[in-house]
Amino acid sequence: MSIKVINEKCVGCKLCVKSCPFGAIEIINKKAVIDLDKCTLCGACIESCKFDAIVLTKLSPTDIQFPKKFDEYKDVWVFCEQKKGVVQSVAYELLGKGRELSDTLGNELCGVLLGENMKEEAHKIIHRGADKVYLVDSPALKHYQDEPYSKVLIQLIKEYKPEIVLCGASSTGRSLISRVAIGIHAGLTADCTGLDIDKKERLLLQTRPAFGGNIMATIICPNHRPQMSTVRHKVMKEAAENKHHKGKIIEKSYDSNIYFSRTKLLDIVEEIEETVNLTEANVIVSGGRGMQSPENFKLIEGLAKALGGAVGASRAAVDSGWKTYSHQVGQTGKTVCPKIYIACGISGQIQHLVGMQSSEIIVAINKDPYAPIFSVATYGIVGDVFEVVPELTRQFKEALKR
Amino acid sequence: MNVIVCIKQVPDTTNVRIDPETNTLVRSGVQSIINPFDMYAIEEAVRLKEKFGGLVTIVTMGPPQAEEALREAISLGGDEAVLISDRAFAGSDTWATSYTLSKAIQKIGKFDIVICGKQAIDGDTAQVGPGIAAFLDIPQITFVKKIEDIKDSFMRAERMTEEGYDIVESPLPCLITVVKEINEPRLPSLKGKMRAKKIEIKKLEAKDLDTDPDLLGLKGSPTKVVKIFTPPPRKGGQILEGEAKDVCAKLVELLKSEVC
Amino acid sequence: MDYLLTEEQVMIRDIARQIAQEKIKPVAAKYDAEGIFPWDIVKIMAASDLCGIYIEEKYGGTGGGAMELVLATEELSRACGGISLAFAATALGTFPIILFGTEEQKKKYLPDIAKGKKLAAFGLTEAGAGSDAGAIATTAEKKGDHYVLNGTKQWITNGGEAEVYTVVASTDRSKGARGAAAFIVEKGMKGFEFGKKEDKMGIRASATRELVFTDCKIPKENLLAKEGMGFIVAMKTFDQSRPGVAAQAVGIAQGALDLTVQYMKERKQFGKSITSFQGLQFMLADMATEIEASRALVYACARMLDSGNTKVSKDSAMAKLFASDVAMKVTTDCVQLFGGYGYMRDYPIEKYMRDAKITQIYEGTNQIQRSIIANHLIKESAAK
Repeated sequence: MSIKVINEKCVGCKLCVKSCPFGAIEIINKKAVIDLDKCTLCGACIESCKFDAIVLTKLSPTDIQFPKKFDEYKDVWVFCEQKKGVVQSVAYELLGKGRELSDTLGNELCGVLLGENMKEEAHKIIHRGADKVYLVDSPALKHYQDEPYSKVLIQLIKEYKPEIVLCGASSTGRSLISRVAIGIHAGLTADCTGLDIDKKERLLLQTRPAFGGNIMATIICPNHRPQMSTVRHKVMKEAAENKHHKGKIIEKSYDSNIYFSRTKLLDIVEEIEETVNLTEANVIVSGGRGMQSPENFKLIEGLAKALGGAVGASRAAVDSGWKTYSHQVGQTGKTVCPKIYIACGISGQIQHLVGMQSSEIIVAINKDPYAPIFSVATYGIVGDVFEVVPELTRQFKEALKR
Repeated sequence: MNVIVCIKQVPDTTNVRIDPETNTLVRSGVQSIINPFDMYAIEEAVRLKEKFGGLVTIVTMGPPQAEEALREAISLGGDEAVLISDRAFAGSDTWATSYTLSKAIQKIGKFDIVICGKQAIDGDTAQVGPGIAAFLDIPQITFVKKIEDIKDSFMRAERMTEEGYDIVESPLPCLITVVKEINEPRLPSLKGKMRAKKIEIKKLEAKDLDTDPDLLGLKGSPTKVVKIFTPPPRKGGQILEGEAKDVCAKLVELLKSEVC
Repeated sequence: MDYLLTEEQVMIRDIARQIAQEKIKPVAAKYDAEGIFPWDIVKIMAASDLCGIYIEEKYGGTGGGAMELVLATEELSRACGGISLAFAATALGTFPIILFGTEEQKKKYLPDIAKGKKLAAFGLTEAGAGSDAGAIATTAEKKGDHYVLNGTKQWITNGGEAEVYTVVASTDRSKGARGAAAFIVEKGMKGFEFGKKEDKMGIRASATRELVFTDCKIPKENLLAKEGMGFIVAMKTFDQSRPGVAAQAVGIAQGALDLTVQYMKERKQFGKSITSFQGLQFMLADMATEIEASRALVYACARMLDSGNTKVSKDSAMAKLFASDVAMKVTTDCVQLFGGYGYMRDYPIEKYMRDAKITQIYEGTNQIQRSIIANHLIKESAAK
């Protein structure tokens, strides 16, 4: 998607200037100049121009070329998401998996990094096993924005033709990667929990849960390249750091058109959570209806603090207003997979279970021995949460000396 | 303000069986509902209509029985309903679904906002919303938890992130995907239900859309499912018994090494 | 049982059921414990067009009648007999206007009630006039173009929360029941105040208060029917509303039974689910049968009313009597089946038993209902 004035045709008549609802066109040296910061690509100027001097190119599926020769496509790419100039740990996890895949395929592992002043971070990606890092450094890429990021990534993929592209299934990754996959007509599989290679066919075998983990599906992408997957945080093991690992940084820059974004990021608001981010946490302590009141949630918070974990809540607890929605675990809340999940006073409705049953260890504390939560619990305690939770907090504090 | 809402009919429970013969989902006997996240999309669209006027058009792609989902959406305040249904669409992955929906939206005509739920609970991909935006070549704001303002053909909205939220402004038309936090959906009304019963649902088939047959359904889907299997069920574990003090001690012993 | 409901009736039942399940159930225990009036639920009912299901379309309703009212009341009561009362008691307060109001009165009051903007209440009972409604001491004295009300009404459901009150007062105490008249009184009229909120055994989410009239001036246009007709207004209103109370009782009983079956399936004793014990199975079967019988009686009565039959006193008394006695019996047995848990406030079942009790008492005690039924029997026999 882009807009351009064809200078040869433009006569500087100013009709387009009048037609622009956003005041984005000026006449400079008798030629129309479009200020891309103001332009929304609405196309009003195109209709107004009597000389066909303005061209708007829109993406259309018919422009998409099917890759015919797959052997042109090589290497495993990892999109390395950065926030505030720091590469996110999910990228390192993908580099760990990516290394395995590229070793099996016998090609190179490459990181892709978009941001501003990211050179140092690019080196860190190499230290995590990447053979190459494609770095696009621009002030316009400082913060994630859908359009510039997807356009740059599409451009890179078209230029260098990777065989596989992996991306974290974060809010950024999910927004970005779908646009990219559409743009290059590639297959995309979301939230893979297993990635493997069919060596004979050189196919990426992507395994993912569906229906809240009740079934697993293995998905391939036989006729399109690259093969693209997103993977959730904490599913893969982080690549070890090796400061001696060598790799190449390939810096790319593009003309300003590619960085143009119709949406504008006005502000980034960080909400101060009393404890760590749910999806990042190694330990989650969750409370449900059995906690009975918002005050009693302090017990949950106490245990979470003792364990250095995050606080979760069932839908019942959120609907009762004891915790905000950002804490909700389950079908309409967050899906989490920490190392340890401690469910306190949660009966374990299926809608809750699908959000947490892939946790490594599940501890359930409930007074009802028949609560469904016990059917998924690694360890169950049938008892009064108001008795057990404080005791557990005390003992963990002592054991962990926190 | 004309709003198009894309919804999906999904099985109600998460207890879905697989037919071991055909490797496909057994959907019979399971009640179908509107994807829960789409309920927030419908509600937000109806609220926008109530505030700014205009029409809310509900769109779904699916088998003929997805008509029920459309009727329910009408009972919740939608004005028009479009069912995109054709054998040619069967087996669509997110790419082909996004393509087909975007073509249908172009056919429906002028709109200011397209709203989708953030993801469907059966597939959980969250790809179709951004996919439609990409095909329509319109800007998107994903994971919207609040529309702050709509003024002079611009929308300002809060996009949920892992750390909090971004405030993003987009020109209209645009596509947003919404999260649960955005509103509390209303229940159907009696007058809405009566209207839903009578409303004529517009049906679109492949031939009605300006599509390339090679890009539809299974054929047009880059991804193919090669195997579906049920993961080994999680077994119930060990119940720790005894006085609170003792069971806690046991548990601390078991978990201590994991926490550090 | 298939009651051959119309499509619209099925819709009303489904909407009420959804409101009960999704909105009332989660808050029922809290509203009961804290005595919170369910304005939030009223708003939801209004948005779903439930408030006007027994009001004619030309006054903003959807044109149904007693059957629609009964279906909605039953479903709402399955989740909470107290919360459903905000709806059912409004119907009680509205019937005098529907039955006896002039065109002007209907146009003025019904649309806001149909839209759920305003609630209504009915004021008859007094400290000294319970079952003996003829003994009312509240007076209405005609002075020029208005009436002046003095006296106190007791235990008025929706008292303080409703905007529109239909109140029975005496214009001539010497005439007893024949000296009564019914009036529409609006909240906020000078001289009209409320007593304290009563602390009740059950239906605690409903508001029950005294209406206190001290030289309260009411425009003469607010007289319903004619002077002397007050008692007839009240009796005809009760004929209409008794199926509503009966439906509340059916709902409470059904809600209790639903919970009990659910609980019994989960509860294990002697190594098996307690549903496998025949003695308990028989209790369940009896309860289900009695509930179905009272439902059939209530629906039949509501349909009689909707057919325009005005001779329903005996039948509506029977429906109210039977359904409320069944509700009391069923809820008591449900508590029994929950065992020790049933007696605990942590579990929802004891609330049903508390809520059921009032259905045997208000809108005419069950003893009064029996008198009505017996009187009709004797009259019918004399006419033969």
